[in-house]
Amino acid sequence: MKGPRVVMPVLDKDIRKTNFEEVACGYTLAEAKLEASRCLDCKNPRCVPACPVSINIPKFIGELVENKLDDAYFTIYDSNILPSVCGRVCPQEKQCEQACIVGIKGDPVSIGALERFLGDYSLENDVLKETKIIDNHIKIGIVGSGPAGLANAAEMRRMGYSVDIFEALHDFGGVLKYGIPDFRLPKDIVTTEIDRLKRMGVKFHKNVVIGKSITIDQMMNEEGYEALFLGSGAGLPSPLGVPGENLSGIYYANEFLTRVNLMKSSDFPNSATPVKVGNKVAIVGGGNVAMDAARTAKRLGAEEVFILYRRDMDALPARLEEIHHAIEEDVDFRLLLNPVEFIGENYRLKQVRCEIMELGEKDKSGRRRPMPTNTFKVFDLDSCIISIGQRPNPILKESTTDLEVDQWGRIVTNNHQTSIPGVFAGGDVVSGAATVILAMGAGKAASLEMDKYIKAKQSK
Amino acid sequence: MIVYHDNQEEIGEIMYEIIEKKNLNKDVDLMVIHAPMVAKNALAGHFIILRVDDKGERIPLTIVDVEGENVSIIYQKLGYSTRLLGTLNVGDSVADFVGPLGKAAHIRDLKTVLGIAGGVGAAPLLPQLKEYHRRGVKVDLVIGARSEDYLILLDKYEKYCENIYIATDDGSVGTKGFVTDVLPKLYKEKQYDHTIAIGPLVMMKYVVILNKKYHVSTDVSLNPVMIDGTGMCGNCRVSINGKTFFACIDGPDFPGEGVNFDELIARQDYYHEEEHICNMKLVTK
Repeated sequence: MKGPRVVMPVLDKDIRKTNFEEVACGYTLAEAKLEASRCLDCKNPRCVPACPVSINIPKFIGELVENKLDDAYFTIYDSNILPSVCGRVCPQEKQCEQACIVGIKGDPVSIGALERFLGDYSLENDVLKETKIIDNHIKIGIVGSGPAGLANAAEMRRMGYSVDIFEALHDFGGVLKYGIPDFRLPKDIVTTEIDRLKRMGVKFHKNVVIGKSITIDQMMNEEGYEALFLGSGAGLPSPLGVPGENLSGIYYANEFLTRVNLMKSSDFPNSATPVKVGNKVAIVGGGNVAMDAARTAKRLGAEEVFILYRRDMDALPARLEEIHHAIEEDVDFRLLLNPVEFIGENYRLKQVRCEIMELGEKDKSGRRRPMPTNTFKVFDLDSCIISIGQRPNPILKESTTDLEVDQWGRIVTNNHQTSIPGVFAGGDVVSGAATVILAMGAGKAASLEMDKYIKAKQSK
Repeated sequence: MIVYHDNQEEIGEIMYEIIEKKNLNKDVDLMVIHAPMVAKNALAGHFIILRVDDKGERIPLTIVDVEGENVSIIYQKLGYSTRLLGTLNVGDSVADFVGPLGKAAHIRDLKTVLGIAGGVGAAPLLPQLKEYHRRGVKVDLVIGARSEDYLILLDKYEKYCENIYIATDDGSVGTKGFVTDVLPKLYKEKQYDHTIAIGPLVMMKYVVILNKKYHVSTDVSLNPVMIDGTGMCGNCRVSINGKTFFACIDGPDFPGEGVNFDELIARQDYYHEEEHICNMKLVTK
């Protein structure tokens, strides 16, 4: 019988509450090999089809056990160019690790932690797969430098295309830079991965808002792009739609996290963008972004940070690991509460009024539907962070008449092809807010369709 | 080892170079910045976001003019970032400069229009009045400032406006008082199809109140705090007739009648103390 799962060391909770250091510390080589040895190397591995990008998991784990670390890294890289990112932010417990046979009788193999170990190994030792790129001098453009765009860029470049990637913000990485906090994903990892793509010859352009600075039509008809990939993500915050939502002191999670992560406001005034939360902070929502916001508020010095969620603990959509970390860091969970009104004084937030909910019949999502009770509870607040989801940004649609989107603003695609010939899309802008790995999978899959499209067009 | 093709191009860091700088008065500068990707599609009413350096805030400023690949902006050296910007000179560069953002001004089908400018609000108003003038609309202007020294762009406005009415707080030129002291008299003599008021929030608030009384419609241009400027953060939200709009993607121009100015003034003021801390940093530099 194999031993128990090797637990990844984490920073002490009292220390980490006061800084933005990464919480999960990663395996040492010895720990990684010990954990890797728990893999049964199944004949018909169930973990591989459970991975959105079908990484050959038993193969890389086997190579790790044999101390062939470069090979193990290359095995992952064949399917996923950002293992050090995905090893950290993928919901493995709902993907590969959920399918793992070892998990039936105990804890599954810690596949995510092993992936992270190899990704970090490659970054620290500058291990990169030898890639011979034969330039075909055909221009393709990518809108957005988040996970979908990066994955698409890597694939297209490897096929020999001349790749231009356009980013609206002043730094590259999309949600990896503005959304996910340092304590879950240190930003230098993202920067190093992007530098690697630059070394491959992918050209990164900051401060270009496609649809404004240059339109899709101009790119296709004036700038000579043979194909475009739209990976602009889901960046528009969903409102609660309750009275008082525009009082000062109420943030959408996007603003709050962008201030801290992209604009580095935790380093204020050295960094010029401020952020303030005060002492009593409510976060509305129960997803990963809500956990990120709550834990960030704690690190900014807020004494009382609580989650307001309209269902119960079991229904929280956030990853279990994030919920655990939040609890350890003294984030309070106030459940079955639905904010119905923000109360202010001179337009500054003072209180939130919540309706107490109870659980009714199961709804379409399989979770019990929260039902209003017409009883209410009021909490004093200094600030509130609304974190109930994001939708695609409307700028692309508004500037591109022929681009078909659905009623939620998501780009409609057929096999990654949009309603405009030569224009492809993938990631959150198509699926609505989802995960890093699904966006990367879409970016990669779209690259094959783009290649097919360009080749077909050129053979005509 | 990595093998790449020889033809791999290296793209360097983009520079947004300052081509020209002019003091319009002691607090206000005009800057012309080389930014071809902004200039390409810019129209009246669009704005840009810039960062002075790589630790800088993202600050929105209206595009005043575009010539070839160059974009003109006008800024008042009030906050930390605009004061820092003011320390740069021709030949220096700003770290980031992105745009054109927002919706272009909605140029209406009019016969007469009145522009109402307060302080540095004269800068964002100029391209709109210029466009109306180009279309043959009769344009008048009421412009207000602290004193004669603070009036900006009068030479430019003279080209586009038939009549210019001035108000100064100290009476050094024109009517002593605010633009709202000039308007009632003007409305008794003249009729306008529409007005555009741009200036401090308080000024726009009272212009809208006054114009309602005289049954004149007012467009305003809002300049709330923004981070990304592309609809992502929601910091710039504004309540209009109880509905929420994002100034960055739905504006910055809105019909002024339904705008909740008091809420907006509070939002604008939220980081007041932090601004002060930053300004102290500039003093000790």
